[in-house]
Amino acid sequence: MQLNYSIEGGDFTNAGNASSQVKKILKKLNVDPKITRRVVVALYEAEVNVAAHAYRGEIIVDINTERIRVVLKDEGPGIESIENAMTEGFSTASAEVRQMGFGAGMGLPNINKNADELNIKSDVGVGTELEIITKLK
Amino acid sequence: MQVQQIVKKLNLTVIGGNDGIDNEITGGYTSDLLSDVMGNVGDGNVWITLQTHKNVMAIASLRDISAVILVKGLKPDADMLEKANEEGIPVLGTEMETFEVTGKLFGFLQK
Repeated sequence: MQLNYSIEGGDFTNAGNASSQVKKILKKLNVDPKITRRVVVALYEAEVNVAAHAYRGEIIVDINTERIRVVLKDEGPGIESIENAMTEGFSTASAEVRQMGFGAGMGLPNINKNADELNIKSDVGVGTELEIITKLK
Repeated sequence: MQVQQIVKKLNLTVIGGNDGIDNEITGGYTSDLLSDVMGNVGDGNVWITLQTHKNVMAIASLRDISAVILVKGLKPDADMLEKANEEGIPVLGTEMETFEVTGKLFGFLQK
């Protein structure tokens, strides 16, 4: 099963729509709620990252019996140092984003904690691609 | 312990999400950092915050939060309220500050 969503930079109103829909679908598929939580926490943080940092992004959620694979591909500034971005507390978010309670430098670390496998590819000035894999077994 | 019991006990206003008034409370979490809540809140916790935008309800829904308490007389944005009603997650209001309402809820849940 494959699901596709898109997300616009700066659009915090709709950030979370994909994770909300994925949660409902995983519930219908009788996926263990603990696994569902890991998937949706990681996906939500990734959606917010696109809204906070990129211009636009595409989300693909691919589900089979073995694993859930989430790919977020954005057009945006990219990540200069993935090592820094993975460090808890490090953030390049704007003051406006921080006022909303985001940008505490916890997004990518949260994604990492909730993923069985996380792969990040980023080109500065082009965009970022995140692959989040959660095993079902 | 149900949401309606803390509404009564702490004299809270039910602003929206009435459908969830019987939700079972497992504990509480106080934070205004959304990723902190996303990463650390427990299922069924009450979330105490000063954030009033729609993303609060996105997190509340994704993490199965039993109710949200807005402090200092703050009111939810229109789209937050709409989402609260849609999801059936109560948004409760109080004039109390975060410290006070957290302390009272903590004391009440210990009993």
